[in-house]
Amino acid sequence: MKTLFERSVSGRHCTILPVCDVPECTPETRREKPLRLPELSETDISRHYTELAKQTFGVNDGFYPLGSCTMKYNPKVNEDAAAMEGFTEVHPTQKAAQGSLRLLKSAEQYLCEITGMDEMTFQPAAGAHGELTGLMLIKRYHEYNGHTERNKIIVPDSAHGTNPASSSMCGFTVINIPSSQDGCVDLDELRKAVGEDTAGLMLTNPNTLGIFDKNIKEITDIVHAAGGLCYYDGANLNAVMGIVRPGDMGFDCIHLNLHKSFSTPHGGGGPGSGPVGCKAFLSDYLPGERIVETDGKLAWCDRGEKSVGAVRGFHGNFLVVVKAFAYLLTLGRQGIPEVAKNAVLNANYLKHLLEKHYEVAKPGICMHEFVLTLENLKKETGVSAMDVAKALQDYGIHPPTMYFPLNVHEALMVEPTETESKETLDNAAEAFLDIYRTIKENPESLHDTPHKSPISRPDEVNAARHPKLRYHFDD
Amino acid sequence: MGTYIPSTDQQKQEMLEQAGFSCFDDLYRDVPEELKLKEELNLPDGRSEMEVKRFMKALSNENTVYETVFRGAGAYRHYIPSIVKSVVNKEEFVTAYTPYQAEISQGVLQSIFEYQTMICELTGMEVSNASVYDGAVAAAEAVSMCVTPKKKKVYVSKAVHPDTMKVVKTYSWAYGNEVEELDLKDGLTDDEGMMEGAACVVLQQPNYFGLIEDISSLVEKAHAKGIQVILSMNPVAMCALPTPAEYGADIAVGEGQPLGMPLSYGGPYLGFMATNSKLMRKLPGRIVGETVDHEGRKAYVLTLQAREQHIRREKASSNICSNEALCALTASVYLSAMGPQGMKEVASQCYSKAHYLAAELEKAGVRRIHSGDFFHEFVTECADPEALNEKLAAKGILGGMPVEGGILWCCTEMNTKAEIDALVQEVSR
Ligand SMILES: Cc1ncc(COP(=O)(O)O)c(C=O)c1O
Repeated sequence: MKTLFERSVSGRHCTILPVCDVPECTPETRREKPLRLPELSETDISRHYTELAKQTFGVNDGFYPLGSCTMKYNPKVNEDAAAMEGFTEVHPTQKAAQGSLRLLKSAEQYLCEITGMDEMTFQPAAGAHGELTGLMLIKRYHEYNGHTERNKIIVPDSAHGTNPASSSMCGFTVINIPSSQDGCVDLDELRKAVGEDTAGLMLTNPNTLGIFDKNIKEITDIVHAAGGLCYYDGANLNAVMGIVRPGDMGFDCIHLNLHKSFSTPHGGGGPGSGPVGCKAFLSDYLPGERIVETDGKLAWCDRGEKSVGAVRGFHGNFLVVVKAFAYLLTLGRQGIPEVAKNAVLNANYLKHLLEKHYEVAKPGICMHEFVLTLENLKKETGVSAMDVAKALQDYGIHPPTMYFPLNVHEALMVEPTETESKETLDNAAEAFLDIYRTIKENPESLHDTPHKSPISRPDEVNAARHPKLRYHFDD
Repeated sequence: MGTYIPSTDQQKQEMLEQAGFSCFDDLYRDVPEELKLKEELNLPDGRSEMEVKRFMKALSNENTVYETVFRGAGAYRHYIPSIVKSVVNKEEFVTAYTPYQAEISQGVLQSIFEYQTMICELTGMEVSNASVYDGAVAAAEAVSMCVTPKKKKVYVSKAVHPDTMKVVKTYSWAYGNEVEELDLKDGLTDDEGMMEGAACVVLQQPNYFGLIEDISSLVEKAHAKGIQVILSMNPVAMCALPTPAEYGADIAVGEGQPLGMPLSYGGPYLGFMATNSKLMRKLPGRIVGETVDHEGRKAYVLTLQAREQHIRREKASSNICSNEALCALTASVYLSAMGPQGMKEVASQCYSKAHYLAAELEKAGVRRIHSGDFFHEFVTECADPEALNEKLAAKGILGGMPVEGGILWCCTEMNTKAEIDALVQEVSR
């Protein structure tokens, strides 16, 4: 497809602005480089993006069982709420914003109740940003307690890549520990890893294999006994919200992905929102300001010198919080656990259908997601997790997450979410079965899937070796 | 209550049984009993869609929407063409995940590729990433690109946005960099404090007080001392003033909100980052590249992933995963609708209207506190900004931002001459 620049016709334009109604003047030193933005009519722009939209697979284009990403349906009423003028046309520094403040305060109350935390900040703009923020709280806590020697963060090998990356950015050394056979934290390894230099542990529970770690309380106890703090990666909260709370599992601080569990859309890679919650003893360290109520009026209030400062400008991705809050209002007390239970049901049902033909990395009950391993299948047939993923595209299904977690070989991580019907799951199982038949009959044919998409598999090696990262004009 | 769960009770029961469970509680057998919530969450009942909409409407009505805005200070009210909203509301763009599956994500990938191109064109730099969380984070991430184990000192001008200062300080504290602030002279960055041995300096154009800094000279001095320059620049100003590349900056960053994003009480906004090819592999975040598919057709993919957390883990250049893709799309559509002439016009109107306001205020006896030229913001003296803003609010005007020594005014193409004249009347009364 042509780029906007190739569609550009010199002299073409939209008519957007009125003529200037004050005397015009210009700065002394000016830009010399020509401003080569595309010159287009509104029709051109509209058609261009309609075409691009057709080549984009959204949640409403089909089943999207992308593990760890919780691609649930994004309710329209949330979008309506976030488009209200009373939210979009408000300056971040204006005082007269009681509605925004009330919304943030209420969303904080909901999410603290759900997670068992005492206070929360909405400054972080995504999950990884939340991780960094949570780790900052841990760092600050140890600094204030005179324990700067506590500079190591323990991360299981099943962790998401952002966990170790966030730890490094926060100036910590990462201690990777292997998981046990059942995919959970190996308690012996953990006991060996903790010590006087332990700042904390980062954990996802249910873990990235979709397993709820039975020993969770023991895990957090071991870390606490060693003087460390426990960080909860909330990416998988959808499985347990309203059932069990990170705060009760012994975690001291957490981040949530509002763009996962709380139904806000992913936007092709953001904006998200990664609020960070913590227990009271950490709350003075939180970044940004705190909302305080006096005589029924809300206002931002400085947290004082213990605060780590700020991790983003202003108050975070406010409109994303608006969407999540609309969702929380909709669900309420009963809806929250209802969502979790059905997410877990859908995962177990689909796992049951698939495990007749595919090997599950860890048999038994799963939470909201499960991981298939195609290691043996690949040895027998040469068909990889990648091949199966790509083949699924031809069935109108977005592939599961591939090659994650790293402690499973040839992994396909499947997360159906609760917003999919039994029929969708049955159809998906049919597609998997059909692919399985092809694997048995004609494995070679799977190496060049997909066939129905606008392009076949791209040459990624070439892309990295000869980076072409922008359109180049002819002249 | 609503949950968006489509399966009927009967279907749920069938699924439970088929999967070998008798009831929902069975699904949580692995969760230790003593940890499970014994009571329902202490939260209100769920609501119907109509109730939710009413509730949200009422909340939003508690915010004041000003007819007229004379405040910027890092968040600018510009005109947003209708086509922008229409494109960015397309379900496919709104609901897609990060485009890991290139074959079915060519649309988002191409849109990011086009965005990267436009950021390169605006800044004059060679490579752009696919965005980061906001302008302040972009500056902090740029600092991480410059520091080395041997060079951990970072200068930040006192004239950058206060949030940029805070975020750079916070990130620097976490990573172990040392931040030193550069003093100001007449509102402009004074280079005197800059010493050899530092990794980088963070500057802003126009600066927080709206002033146009002599960036070229600051860059020259920094480079002479082996210090790299991170320039945070307003993208609208880039259409009139010299580009970051023309100024000689090593990394161009900034807040992309003026490019089609509403004020939104502070977010979602857009952090943009661009640099030269030398620093390309240090850029954080997603980058889209053009390649070919197996049949030799043009194809776009996420590339240079060896920098990223999912490959490099603790050795990654940054932890960023989700970014602000939909905001990047917004910026692209905005820039396409405005076109080169439109963007020059926006820049020119911003500059002209701010200068008209400053001149009219001056006539009315309200003086600027700095002498240098400015872009679309400037500071005037003001004895009591809070009181003035209260008076203005009663007229439906959001007044300037209170700052040390006065009040920071802003004009964009949205402010008509009539509004400006009315403001001057109010201020001088
Ligand atoms: C387990 C886990 N942790 C953290 C993240 C990072 O979240 P974000 O992309 O919002 O930064 C993800 C997202 O993929 C995840 O799956």
